[in-house]
Amino acid sequence: MDTMRERFISTTSRLLDDHPRLAVVLAEISRDGFAPAARRHPDRVINVGIREQLLIGVGGGLALTGMRPVVHTFASFLVERPFEQVKLDFGHQGVGGVLVSAGGSYDWPAGGFTHMSPGDVALMDTLDGWHIHVPGHPDEAEALIRRAAAGDGRDYVRLSEQSNARPRPLSGPGFHTVREGRGGVVIAVGPMLDNVLAATEGLDTTVLYATTVRPFDGAAVRRAVAAGDAADVVIVEPYLAGTSTAAANDALSDIPHRVLGLGVARRELRRYGQLHEHLAAQGLDPASLRERISAFLGR
Amino acid sequence: MTTKTSTSTPAPALGHQDLNRLLAMMTGDEKHGPAATSTLDTLWVLYDRVLRVTPATVDARDRDRFLLSKGHGPMAYYAVLAAKGFLAVDLLPGFGSYDSPLGHHPDGTLLPGVEIGSGSLGHGLPLAVGTALGLRAQGLDGPRVWVLIGDAELDEGSNHEALAFAGHAGLGQLHTVVIDNGSASHGRPGGIAARFEAAGWSVLTVDGRDHEALYGAFTAPHEGVPLAVVARVEPKS
Repeated sequence: MDTMRERFISTTSRLLDDHPRLAVVLAEISRDGFAPAARRHPDRVINVGIREQLLIGVGGGLALTGMRPVVHTFASFLVERPFEQVKLDFGHQGVGGVLVSAGGSYDWPAGGFTHMSPGDVALMDTLDGWHIHVPGHPDEAEALIRRAAAGDGRDYVRLSEQSNARPRPLSGPGFHTVREGRGGVVIAVGPMLDNVLAATEGLDTTVLYATTVRPFDGAAVRRAVAAGDAADVVIVEPYLAGTSTAAANDALSDIPHRVLGLGVARRELRRYGQLHEHLAAQGLDPASLRERISAFLGR
Repeated sequence: MTTKTSTSTPAPALGHQDLNRLLAMMTGDEKHGPAATSTLDTLWVLYDRVLRVTPATVDARDRDRFLLSKGHGPMAYYAVLAAKGFLAVDLLPGFGSYDSPLGHHPDGTLLPGVEIGSGSLGHGLPLAVGTALGLRAQGLDGPRVWVLIGDAELDEGSNHEALAFAGHAGLGQLHTVVIDNGSASHGRPGGIAARFEAAGWSVLTVDGRDHEALYGAFTAPHEGVPLAVVARVEPKS
């Protein structure tokens, strides 16, 4: 199976053929993958070199002329390094665009912390009006990218090497009910779904699946809570723990509730190795998740 | 905006002699006073004789784009826009107040004819590069893109990313005016012009108070490469 990033390149290359408004802006990363598309559309596949501030500024400038920019590099360099450009060159200018990141929280653990971005979604969450998409499978990534490319808004698509074994149908932007139970609600974001399903096997819990986390589907969470015995909610996110806890609290502000946010810890692990080793170290493997979810819901 | 709703008798355009009166209508941002007046002659020559954009064509696809990157001290900008009918003159006294669209840094979403919001330095030139690329990708070869920055603003790394790329990409539609009032703390070898020249731009340095010299530089041919005009004004003005 191809990766989300490979699917992004093949999908967007085809979209460039069909949509003259679309442009791709790169800062060397994924340049080779887009080389055939760049030969067909030399004015609409733009590689600015290793210049991430310019990368975002060019995206904003393209949008000012009515183009739909798709701006791509690793999450560390797309969101964190040029963050003020993201804030001002899109939102403050009143224009939209599609930011597509790769690398995620620890897709390349051997590369170390310089290429890890567990804080990207929390950072984007400080801005107004961004739709944040966290696909859990390359098919979902393709669907979300197609939807974002066809729109006019501000979209952030977070691609990862982490993937669930099979895709889920994405009928709309809200959260989807994967499993129903009465003893609490577990929200699995993107590639965390398989581990969450394994961790909650046999437990009497509802599992919601979220691939678009902003806007946060508070209505789905309220419905799920109302169908059970207790307003206990666990959110399992593949990035910084607690990123969506405030959104869940807001959704449940008028009823007594408890929320547990699980994800990547703020502390710098300073370990290389493999993705599965980092999942375990962050407590996001099925066994760790089961222990932490059971302890919370069992109280 | 009065001029946007006028269909038969457009408001009489004001002249250069009116600018001081218009500037005097704006108070409350005295800390940026020197920045405001350093740009006045450049802005006047651009809007009076160079830019192909009018209050009637602020949304036209083929208009020239002017991006004010040096967004602090925008009084000269507002005064010129008012003189040229983009803004109602009676907006000027509200400068900086809660109900006014005229801030101490401009917001492009609030003002007709203002292409970008600016104030944080180092955003205009990258946005202008993207604008030039967007026009080129749509086959719009006619409109020209202008961006005004300051000499100290040129210190921002984002501007160096943008000017290096723009020269290499041969963005002939792109024009940068650098207002050089000697406000950068640390100079650069060979001055501002050398930095642009090294990146493949066509560069001219002129007296930023001399309207004919400015006009000559702004309209100088620069086939296939972007143009930078360094407009020198009084130090720290």
